[in-house]
Amino acid sequence: MPRKIRLRKVVEPPRFKGYRPFGVNSKSRKSIDLLYEEYEALKLADYDLLKHDEAAGLMGISRPTFARIYESARRKIAAALVEAKEIRTVFGNAVMDKNWYLCSKCNARFNIPETMDKETCPACNSKHIELINK
Amino acid sequence: MKTIITSTGNQLNSIFDLRFGRAGWFCLYDDQSGEISFIENENINSQSGAGTKTVEKVVELGAQKVISGDFGPKAKELLEKFNIQMVLLQDDNSTVQHIIDKLKS
Repeated sequence: MPRKIRLRKVVEPPRFKGYRPFGVNSKSRKSIDLLYEEYEALKLADYDLLKHDEAAGLMGISRPTFARIYESARRKIAAALVEAKEIRTVFGNAVMDKNWYLCSKCNARFNIPETMDKETCPACNSKHIELINK
Repeated sequence: MKTIITSTGNQLNSIFDLRFGRAGWFCLYDDQSGEISFIENENINSQSGAGTKTVEKVVELGAQKVISGDFGPKAKELLEKFNIQMVLLQDDNSTVQHIIDKLKS
């Protein structure tokens, strides 16, 4: 059994649903799925101009993993440009960078809305909870 | 406080459903009265917007907490707006009864 993919932190989802080439006569409109974390990796590295190390830290993954995601993003975008395909953004293995907590007893992940001030796990009432996004 | 647990069936021994918008059934549990009821998901086969429609249902039922495997981006955003707590469990073998027992503990 391979290890489960760890969720990658994404500060903000992309503000678009996709991109579509124009000037091409494509009846069979094929598309490429760009994952949120790939978009985020590209944004952090090439728009915010962070070092891969820092960007990986922000997304809560290791630098090699970041490099893999970043490379996959670049390749997908290049493929879309060359093959005149649509780019669609899909959720992927992302988690939004808001306050998410983890219960160390039952491994439940949860958020605490502003209207609630309970500091216990909502699934098992354990007090051993920790913030996952540092 | 009312809690919604996504379930694959309408029985207490049904397996917990990891999907939210396309879960088979919703178990509504009221921890004050101890009442448990099951509601069928009407959006299970809808082409799109299952998550958002399900959030509407949750708000309608007056639940303040939803326990599921994961939520889509739209559902997450909406639930956050309505101040509904999201609880994500990765355990795909536990039954609804098991989760309710944990809630009571």
